[in-house]
Amino acid sequence: MKNKTHFALMDEGSKKEIRRATLKAVAIPGYQVPFASREMPIARGWGTGGLQLTLSIIGKEDVLKVIDQGADESVNAVNIKKLVHHTTGVETTTETEDATIIQSRHRIPEVPVTEKQIIVLQVPIPEPLRLVEPSEMKTKQLHGEKEYSGAWLMLFEQIMKYGKTATYADHPVFVHDRYVMAPSPIPRFDNIKMNDSKALILLGAGREKKIYAVPPYTKVTSLAFEDYAMEVESFAGKHCSLCHSTDVFLDELVNEETNVTYYQCNDTSNCLATLNEKEKVVEVGIGNA
Amino acid sequence: MAYVAVKGGSEAIEESIKRLTFERIHTQQVLEIEAIMAGMQGMIDQVMSESSLYSELLAALAIKQAQGNMEEAVFLLRAHRSTLPRNYYTRVIETDNMFVERRISASFKDIPGGQILGASYDYTHRLMDFNLLSESKEAMQKWLLEYEQESQHSSGALTLQSLPKVVAFLQKEGLFPTYEEDQAEPLDVTKRSVQFPTTRSERLQILTRGQTGAVTSLGYAAIRGYGAVHPTVGELRVGKLPLTVAYPMDRTNDEENDLYIGQIKVTEVESFIPITTKNEKNEEEIEFEIGYGICYGQNETKAIAMSILDQALENGNQDYPTHDEEFILMHIDSVESTGFISHLKLPHYVTFQSKLDSVRKIKKGTIQHEK
Repeated sequence: MKNKTHFALMDEGSKKEIRRATLKAVAIPGYQVPFASREMPIARGWGTGGLQLTLSIIGKEDVLKVIDQGADESVNAVNIKKLVHHTTGVETTTETEDATIIQSRHRIPEVPVTEKQIIVLQVPIPEPLRLVEPSEMKTKQLHGEKEYSGAWLMLFEQIMKYGKTATYADHPVFVHDRYVMAPSPIPRFDNIKMNDSKALILLGAGREKKIYAVPPYTKVTSLAFEDYAMEVESFAGKHCSLCHSTDVFLDELVNEETNVTYYQCNDTSNCLATLNEKEKVVEVGIGNA
Repeated sequence: MAYVAVKGGSEAIEESIKRLTFERIHTQQVLEIEAIMAGMQGMIDQVMSESSLYSELLAALAIKQAQGNMEEAVFLLRAHRSTLPRNYYTRVIETDNMFVERRISASFKDIPGGQILGASYDYTHRLMDFNLLSESKEAMQKWLLEYEQESQHSSGALTLQSLPKVVAFLQKEGLFPTYEEDQAEPLDVTKRSVQFPTTRSERLQILTRGQTGAVTSLGYAAIRGYGAVHPTVGELRVGKLPLTVAYPMDRTNDEENDLYIGQIKVTEVESFIPITTKNEKNEEEIEFEIGYGICYGQNETKAIAMSILDQALENGNQDYPTHDEEFILMHIDSVESTGFISHLKLPHYVTFQSKLDSVRKIKKGTIQHEK
């Protein structure tokens, strides 16, 4: 009764189906392609869309990096990495440069990605119009007709209420001037990295059963008005307390003893690389977090 | 914040997994798979139904591994299901041929073939049986012996196969329209994601895989007030169905050559639901429609609730959420709902930072504005 696990877990038929959906997604940038979405050994909502993409495209030569909210060692990132390694035997890494596939939840690495890499983003809600229209049947139609007034109105109402757009992460983008797309809950800070990206970006929503993509060198613009530009998260005057970087996305932390707010790089692998470069011997351990 | 420390995540989760194993085994009681299969049929049935994988052995193993946690057990089986190639579809089954263990109708006092109560909790008093605290094998054997002797004296053999469907009587009277059989190939929701509007085959698959509690609650809402369904259980059957597949090498597709691959136990419900229609003279008439429910194992509440929702979605009255197919079908799957709810435990500090930034900028703007 003992079963040997198949390479990359899923049977070949399932993987092929996912790859077919992926190819269609690449061919129609920003369009959400429905796929059957298998149940994975990790929970729905914990990156099963990304995981299915990774498992369906991974080969024995690949090197995998997985990050969750910027961290390689976050529990879910570790778990996904472990699962892929167990079922494929591929090497894993924390170095952004060494990876051929980078699966990520809610961040795009600070280190610029290359043409040889594929970014796989985990997506909770793939539908950028879901907040304004709960019905899937209707949103599909709205995309078909390029009818995006709902998304524009949402921004407009924010300006009326708050004097500026008040989106959080997952600020909607226009892909190739055609489809409005949810970039997944990456911070606005990362939206800009999607534009003209050298790497192929694949986005997978397991629970919602959608795959979509931004092919390399595709125009991606954040939804904004001419007189009200999208503002990225601002860390002006702040720096990482470990590596002193300033032009990166920072996590806000509070020193338990002094109650003073301090900041630390969100991209942990980049932080370590910067530190190593500075040849500072700083032990980055649990105690520092 | 400790669980997102720059380093240390790997070690921490290893320890957490160890702790889980400790919790499962620290009393050093081996829970035998046989014991689960023998004594927890209700749970096995529910797990098989929600995971849509029929294997009592694997369901028992999942229950053991999940320490009796339903959502975990279903999750394990569903994930296992993803690793299996699906090469064949079984032949269409006529449930008239069910080997019946239980069959009741609430719409008629007497039905041809008879009301067959079978095994059910329906007629028990739900009083705690404290004798079970010290149940012995000897007492079991004694009870079984007496039971066997009793049944030898019972008169008349019942026909349990090829029992006529109750709906057939209504059809004879013209109270229920006779439809032509729909021979369209069903769409497999596990191979192609559903697109709205759905077909009935897709709806029935999603309903039968639905979480028992969710299907029951929404079915309840549909008859209590947030829906317009007033059903009568026309027929409820519990019994076994034989499964066959076409012989793969046989190009003639001759059913004579089919291979028998085993049997499954199911609960099947046909609810009669009155609806108002207009006849040719534009006069209002009352007719019956059928709501259909079926699920693996014996799970009667779920099957009845499914039959209610089937009819509700077939009619699609937008006044009620229970008649809205997206509202029902997108939210009743155990793996999907528990997964997304539980993902809230994942760290969200990047997204939260983004939110903080937005809120702070707005506050700052308001203060400057007031000055």
